[in-house]
Amino acid sequence: MSEIFLFYLFGGLSVLMTLLMIFQTNPVASAIYLVGAFFGLAALYVLLSAPFVAVLQVLVYAGAIMVLFTFVIMLLNIRKEELVYDRVTWRKTAVVLTALFFAGFLIWHFLKIPVVPFAPVEEGFGEVHKVGRLMFSKYLIPFELTSVLLLVAIIGALVLGKKE
Amino acid sequence: MLVLILKILIPFLLIFNLLPLLIWVERKGSAYIQDRRGPNRASFFGIRLGGLLHTISDVIKLITKEDIIPAHVNKPFFILAPFLVLFVACVTYAVIPFAHPIEINGGIFTFQAADLNVGILYILAMSSLGVFGVLLAGWSSNNKYSLLGGLRSSAQMFSYEIAMGLALLSVLLLGGSLELSALIDDQTAAVWRWNFIRNPLAFILFLTAVFAEANRLPFDLPEGESELVAGYHVEYSSMKFAMFFMAEYAHMIVGSALITALFFGGWQVPFLSTEFLRTNAESGLFMVLLAHGVLFMIIGFFLLGKFKSGKYGDKRDYEVIVIGLPMTVIGLALGLYTLLHGSFQLGDMGRQVFAAVLQFGVFMAKILFFCWVFIWIRWTLPRFRYDQLMHLGWKVMIPLGLASVAGTAIVMVL
Repeated sequence: MSEIFLFYLFGGLSVLMTLLMIFQTNPVASAIYLVGAFFGLAALYVLLSAPFVAVLQVLVYAGAIMVLFTFVIMLLNIRKEELVYDRVTWRKTAVVLTALFFAGFLIWHFLKIPVVPFAPVEEGFGEVHKVGRLMFSKYLIPFELTSVLLLVAIIGALVLGKKE
Repeated sequence: MLVLILKILIPFLLIFNLLPLLIWVERKGSAYIQDRRGPNRASFFGIRLGGLLHTISDVIKLITKEDIIPAHVNKPFFILAPFLVLFVACVTYAVIPFAHPIEINGGIFTFQAADLNVGILYILAMSSLGVFGVLLAGWSSNNKYSLLGGLRSSAQMFSYEIAMGLALLSVLLLGGSLELSALIDDQTAAVWRWNFIRNPLAFILFLTAVFAEANRLPFDLPEGESELVAGYHVEYSSMKFAMFFMAEYAHMIVGSALITALFFGGWQVPFLSTEFLRTNAESGLFMVLLAHGVLFMIIGFFLLGKFKSGKYGDKRDYEVIVIGLPMTVIGLALGLYTLLHGSFQLGDMGRQVFAAVLQFGVFMAKILFFCWVFIWIRWTLPRFRYDQLMHLGWKVMIPLGLASVAGTAIVMVL
């Protein structure tokens, strides 16, 4: 009972925050609402008995990446005159309608899939030890590849930054 | 349910009652470090209590002052920012264990609000959210000084979070867990097993990073008065300003609690394990009560000895008696009661509670000591220059942190 209630509370929070983020003209406000959405998502992860992922969600996305985003947006110092709503044109309307059509199509097909209850998770699911073991045994190669990708990104950023 | 609410409420209230006291200690301590008298003017019918009343008058002043919201600020975020800062400072207490868990009717009662198995990561996540409060305050004030203060602060907290994470990682390697309670258990009561001896480098790094995270001197660049007036909270007035102020002290207490829990054995009483405390609870209680009686009497006699008629020529003369006499009487009563009563009879429950209370007291004593270290360092060291700060953060602390992690890992494997 309370789990369902919490799910709707935090799910609704994430949806609301995401919508607010999209409909803001002010980029700083958008960034802050995105953090709110991440927070709601983290709470949903906790409900899915994955506390480790939840904390990492807050720590990495909300805490680290979004701080950098906000930092950069604040440094850009965008003036009020530059912040205007997009105008509605025929072209954009057509694009949005097509997107909505496909989204509706997908949702309709998803709803047709019969609901199968999941097997209950085993003891210690989603805890740090289990996640760590999986990462360094079964998913070792993807994990290492991701690290290399991140390293490449860091070096690339350094090279681009040094150019001037 | 009620127990849970109490568990959440009691540490919270404890910390919040500590705040005004810490402000008093900060003022008085800074005064004595700078060879001054410190605050002693506020009085209540001539009773001054050595400046303690200043905190009360401060609170009344801050609550009753007009709350100004300047024109051209981004109002929702301007109001949100101080709440966010204080919120982040407060929720961190949830995972700090205050004593060894006790058993009640077969169930285990822990002295922490939430025993998360990702405890330390939770603390890191919350403290990284704290940056947003400062950033938002700086940006929404629509003021150049505030914005610069906010940007500085976020850059600084960001840089030092990495070093903090690395220092934490070496401690985690030693303890082999992310749970604070498990880390404290691992350190045991033996002082040489405490992490500040097992890994002093990580301790120094963590201490420095905590100072930077709490925006305390020598890292209080975000509010460098000489350059930025007061930094990110320059536009705030009344209780909103007070919330930033409170958050700073709350961060200090959290930082002290973390340092204690991670490096100084948390609630472990030096050399006395929980089992030892429980088996010897009866004689222990006797000794603790007797020691308190003697301590109270010593303080009381010291205060009474300072009484000199006509020293100030007003009611301040009698303050030492007003405080000294009850203390002497309490000490005398406690000591005599303990001596006359002789040995105490404690049940199984009583023994556990005695151990828990003693451990809680020791934990608080350690926390208060580190709070004092915070104040002490603030009034001893000058402020860093901004480039020095960044240099220290990125080029000194991060390599040292990596070395600490690598060293710990190698030693652990060997």
